[in-house]
Amino acid sequence: MAIYKFEMARTKRTLVQSIVAPVITTSLYFIVFGAAIGSRIDQVSGISYGAFIVPGLIMLNLLTHSISNASFGIYFPKFVGTVYEMLSAPVSTLEVVLGYVGAAASKAVILGIIILITASFFIDLQIAHPILMMVFILLTAISFSLFGFILGIWADNFEKLSIVPMLLVTPLVFLGGSFYSTDMLPEPWQTISHFNPVLYLVSGLRWSFYEISEVNVMLSLASILIFMFACLGVVYYLFKTGYKLRS
Amino acid sequence: MNSDENPILRIKGLNKFYSGGFQALKDINLEIEKGEIVALLGPNGAGKTTLISVICGIVNPSSGTVSVDGYDIIKDFRKTRSIIGLVPQELTTDSFETVFNTVSFSRGLFGKPPNAGHIEKVLRSLSLWDKKDDMIMTLSGGMKRRVLIAKALSHEPTVLFLDEPTAGVDVNLRKHMWEIVRELKAEGVTIILTTHYIEEAEEIADRVGVINNGEIILIEDKSKLMAKLGKKQLILDLCDPLSGLPGSMVDYELELSENGLQLVYTFTTTGDRTGITALMDDLKLAGIAFRDLNTTQSSLEEIFVNLVEESS
Repeated sequence: MAIYKFEMARTKRTLVQSIVAPVITTSLYFIVFGAAIGSRIDQVSGISYGAFIVPGLIMLNLLTHSISNASFGIYFPKFVGTVYEMLSAPVSTLEVVLGYVGAAASKAVILGIIILITASFFIDLQIAHPILMMVFILLTAISFSLFGFILGIWADNFEKLSIVPMLLVTPLVFLGGSFYSTDMLPEPWQTISHFNPVLYLVSGLRWSFYEISEVNVMLSLASILIFMFACLGVVYYLFKTGYKLRS
Repeated sequence: MNSDENPILRIKGLNKFYSGGFQALKDINLEIEKGEIVALLGPNGAGKTTLISVICGIVNPSSGTVSVDGYDIIKDFRKTRSIIGLVPQELTTDSFETVFNTVSFSRGLFGKPPNAGHIEKVLRSLSLWDKKDDMIMTLSGGMKRRVLIAKALSHEPTVLFLDEPTAGVDVNLRKHMWEIVRELKAEGVTIILTTHYIEEAEEIADRVGVINNGEIILIEDKSKLMAKLGKKQLILDLCDPLSGLPGSMVDYELELSENGLQLVYTFTTTGDRTGITALMDDLKLAGIAFRDLNTTQSSLEEIFVNLVEESS
């Protein structure tokens, strides 16, 4: 609980970076893609372009912020050496993971909701399945916070910390149908897109909004659950072996 | 499990191999009684920090057992870690956090409910109360060191590890820290410290352990250690200079100063006899008069250097 509170308190110190910046970025997306470019695009899959990109925007922010929050949360104590305190404290592996991952996921979920509220100022927002939407948001935030946590343990310099989000996650999100339907792509890119795991997340979340999807919603749910359990397995292994934490 | 009769810390056959095969600790066996101050002396890389890190849970032991207050550090890690406080060697602090918040965080991390009164008491005892709202990055090195001590004391530990607590701090602060250590001892806290400063061990420790190449060469009551291993010297200021030692004096371990006005006799206090009486008699027979005499005892530093040299 102390780790969770400490990590959440860190958000207060970096309020502009954590909350205000994503809100401004989201607004810019709506102005550029929704109003400027979107006004030239007809409806996509039967809905306005501005509304179409909302799930993609939420997913983009959930993924990038879950990863960066969790990876930075565990990497920084390693970098400055304060991790000794966590390692010598009477806390179990589960509690450490709950603290760091829980805080990172909480912040990402709060951010997702803020983006949702921001979006409602630009478009007429309709959510067909709000509970399923929250399930997707929660599972994505937890899974990618776990992934970020693994990244933070693995990284031994700032370059490694940023290389995965920059060179892997962001391209996957942009190529995962966040801002377009893969139906708009020519072959073979349409088929190749189905190998992009982020497509399943965006598609699942979009279905919870508008009941339109590019892959079966149950397949999307299964994908994120498999990814979450895989990350949990890796985290368990890291702590069991003490990888880059306990020599 | 815990009892006043049991040692607060018991280490049996502890070994630590790092990946690559380097053995940092070799069959360490050690018992420390409740309320003791034990100083671990040793050169760089001797294994002092590794030993502390194993006990605190930062480094995994390769073999052997460690119990704190009767509890095993692996099986009962919650129990042992909750009663241990650690002040690390490096100045590792949350630069962007305030003093009060970082100390409060440590208390919570170690499972204690918030207690602003205790945090205030700790900060006041370390002369940090007026800095409680300052960010750590604005503090001097000495103050950061005190913040680390405050963090270690935040959860009211009964065993405190100080890994070179006065490294890089000025003389006044060092003496202030010694005072704090004495006060903690008076409250019943067991303190194990590593240090390079022999003066520190000599000043505050009840027992002194010497560790080198991962082995504990000895652990001994400080005064007994000094009595057992300490060499003494008798220095005689002569009335008239000598050009050389008389033949009757060659059997003694004597040194004559360059100007011939001082004789230095080295002896140990461990034997039944020191040889001083016989020396005095022989000096009288040889007609050597002296106008003053004094004795000096070798410091812990000299003992330490000798031990490390012997073990190497």
